[in-house]
Amino acid sequence: MKYKAAINITLRPSILDPQGSAALKSLKSLNYTFVDSVRIGKFMEVVVEANDIIIAEALVRELCQVLLTNPVMEDYTLTLTEV
Amino acid sequence: MKFAVILFPGSNCEVDCVHVIKEVLQEPVTTVWHKDTDLSEFDAVILPGGFSYGDYLRCGAIARFSPIMEAVIAHAKAGKPVLGICNGFQILTECGLLPGVLLRNRSLQFICEDRFIRVENNLTQFTHQYSKHQVLRIPIAHAEGNYYADPETIEKLESENRVVFRYCDEQGNLTEESNPNGAMNHIAGIINEAGNVLGMMPHPERLSEIILGGDDGLALFESMLKTWRDRI
Repeated sequence: MKYKAAINITLRPSILDPQGSAALKSLKSLNYTFVDSVRIGKFMEVVVEANDIIIAEALVRELCQVLLTNPVMEDYTLTLTEV
Repeated sequence: MKFAVILFPGSNCEVDCVHVIKEVLQEPVTTVWHKDTDLSEFDAVILPGGFSYGDYLRCGAIARFSPIMEAVIAHAKAGKPVLGICNGFQILTECGLLPGVLLRNRSLQFICEDRFIRVENNLTQFTHQYSKHQVLRIPIAHAEGNYYADPETIEKLESENRVVFRYCDEQGNLTEESNPNGAMNHIAGIINEAGNVLGMMPHPERLSEIILGGDDGLALFESMLKTWRDRI
């Protein structure tokens, strides 16, 4: 079976996000005064082969831990769908 | 003293390092391709600056899995010196030889200019030819040099005197403007617990000859050489 993992990677809350701050300032300068905050992260789609969705999730979490994210600065969430 | 300078795809400061070791320090040096796996003949390893693997994913994240990195880690665990400059520092944090991470510069800009750093710890094998709190003028060239670690790690680094270099002004003051990238506690370089792995964002190899406008970086390489000579 093939599963597609949608991985959302965000900077940990304690980490300043200068890109997000710059985007926020720009939105404010465009008079979007209702915008409260902007945080910029990454989105990845990874397709894996696995016998079932539980194994697929474990495999993708391993990929995140080993290479795709750096836990010192990033958090991630993921959702899996069969493809 | 036999130096190895590791060449990753995308490294771009390896020639400067080789030049300083060979022509200025006058010691043997070899450029080692990242697919090699053996560093046993070398006394010191330098991870040079650049953009290994195009900085894809995160700076240094892919380089840490290059075949040579197992040998670099073994070299470090054996207590031999490893110097990571700029992208080399980023690789050292990604592979876990040094704590923390280098975040995007506070200004979001790539900064390429001479800056001042202060020698915080001159009792390391990389800095004993400097005096304590000596101010160095030294080039920086990076977009991700904003050192970050969790508060416990920062406290540990500070209490163990492992912050080796801090950004400062020309007089050695830690002013807000003197911190080019927003690094926590003005950190420009740190050393591991064992004292044999140094990571720094500034480029000592770029200012090690008077003909290039200054040689504040040279004493770092001379410190390494003297440590090695005193040991044999």
